[in-house]
Amino acid sequence: MNGTELELLKIIADMGASPDGAYNIRSNGQLADRHITENIDIKTKTDRPGIDIIIKAGTVGETVHIPVIISETGLNDLVYNDFIIGENADVTIIAGCGIHNCGEKESRHDGIHTFFVGKNAKVKYIEKHYGEGDGNGENNMNPTTVVNIAEGGYMEMDTAQIKGIDSTNRVTKARLSDGASLVIHEKIMTHGRQTAETDFTVDLDGKNSSANVVSRSVAKDNSFQRFLSKINGNNVCSGHTECDAIIMDNAKVTAIPEITANSIDASLIHEAAIGKIAGDQLIKLMTLGLTEAEAEEQIINGFLK
Amino acid sequence: MLELKNISFSAENETGKKEILKNINLKIDESFVVITGPNGGGKSTLAKIIAGIITPVSGQILLDGEDITHLSITERAKKGISFAFQQPVHFKGLTVYDLMGLAAGKKIGINEACDYLSQVGLCARDYINREVNSSLSGGELKRIEIATVLARSSKVTIFDEPEAGIDLWSFGNLIQVFEKMHNNLGGSIIIISHQERILNIADKIVVLGGGELRATGTKADILPEILGTVDSGCKILADNAKGAY
Repeated sequence: MNGTELELLKIIADMGASPDGAYNIRSNGQLADRHITENIDIKTKTDRPGIDIIIKAGTVGETVHIPVIISETGLNDLVYNDFIIGENADVTIIAGCGIHNCGEKESRHDGIHTFFVGKNAKVKYIEKHYGEGDGNGENNMNPTTVVNIAEGGYMEMDTAQIKGIDSTNRVTKARLSDGASLVIHEKIMTHGRQTAETDFTVDLDGKNSSANVVSRSVAKDNSFQRFLSKINGNNVCSGHTECDAIIMDNAKVTAIPEITANSIDASLIHEAAIGKIAGDQLIKLMTLGLTEAEAEEQIINGFLK
Repeated sequence: MLELKNISFSAENETGKKEILKNINLKIDESFVVITGPNGGGKSTLAKIIAGIITPVSGQILLDGEDITHLSITERAKKGISFAFQQPVHFKGLTVYDLMGLAAGKKIGINEACDYLSQVGLCARDYINREVNSSLSGGELKRIEIATVLARSSKVTIFDEPEAGIDLWSFGNLIQVFEKMHNNLGGSIIIISHQERILNIADKIVVLGGGELRATGTKADILPEILGTVDSGCKILADNAKGAY
């Protein structure tokens, strides 16, 4: 791997060329490196591009890194990754995609990730998307995440798209069994003429299942964001969805929370707020000696932290 | 020393132009000055004019002889003016520790941040990683606000009604904080307040009413006069001022 690729790895997965634990590094549409452990197996799919990540039941405290990097302009990469997490496991999965596009053509990565979280298993899934390049080629990413959580399982999903992705259409669908919980924290910042659309659908099928979908975003310049969040309460369950956006310059933001109770015992809440940075926030930081631009940067960094 | 020369400010309302401050002349070189007076008298406007949040229609502001009338909020802050808000501002995502670091103007250690919080009576470890948002009570936010200005150790520190929005219990602690500041902090502290206990620790009291400077003087000169005006309303306060208790 060259310097640019190593730099991308550091940004998206906070890792060097060979991190601890299991990993699978995909570079420019090809397998670059892989390491498996006694408890975590990674297999290349035979019927279509992608990998299966199989985590043995009872695996506790292990981490899997599965970054994807694209440094060739004009590459169109599509993968199907399946994660099978055994019962009672407690693991962290760090995914991410970094594009460095110095050319004129579109670089694109579409990942379809399907999670099968076993009974009473606990997963933390971290995903960062990042693009850079000094060419005019667009960096586009369209991740789809499908989550199935078995009885008593728990999944926490932290996704971040902070810079350089021109267009993204993120789809997340989740289905929860009895006692299962899902927590999603999404962070997005768009600038220039970027567009970002996210679409969450969570089905709370199980008794005492719960979901919390929280999105914080900043839209700058002429960018556009659309946030859709649907929670269907189909049993005794609790669901909360929240979208909080800071809008700047000529950006546009749409937030559409949708909650449906199909059971009398479903308890669902939605919140959505869009607004510019409050003037008194800027003034407060300016009275501490920050310039207006520095104050703005601090407020945004804090908001997306 | 802070000097205000002929400061005037007016604002438009439905009935036309309203004069909020009329030709205010004031010198502040004492270490603890309290500006008091009836509501709507122009006190908060004056405080905001000193901090640069509002620009006066006419007049001059001098800090140690330098004309700062046309300097921005940021430039004034860098020259040593601090301002504690009447209503502390909420920040989603910024923690108390972040805010203390920004106030200090440099990367500070947890211990240093905790030290400022302890000075305002907060058990620092419980607060350092909290977000500065509505999950904190009014009294907690107020004390954090005060801790941010303490971290700046400025030439002039202005507090706009520090007692507003806090309960009596917290207020007692707040007085102790000011008493301590009075003894320790260099520079001048200007407090806008209606509270007798704050007036009591002033080196100088300034009375502002109807946009005009009504009186300035020492506590001994001014306090009996102010409390005298509430004779009919509260005998105890008035007697207290006359030394009966």
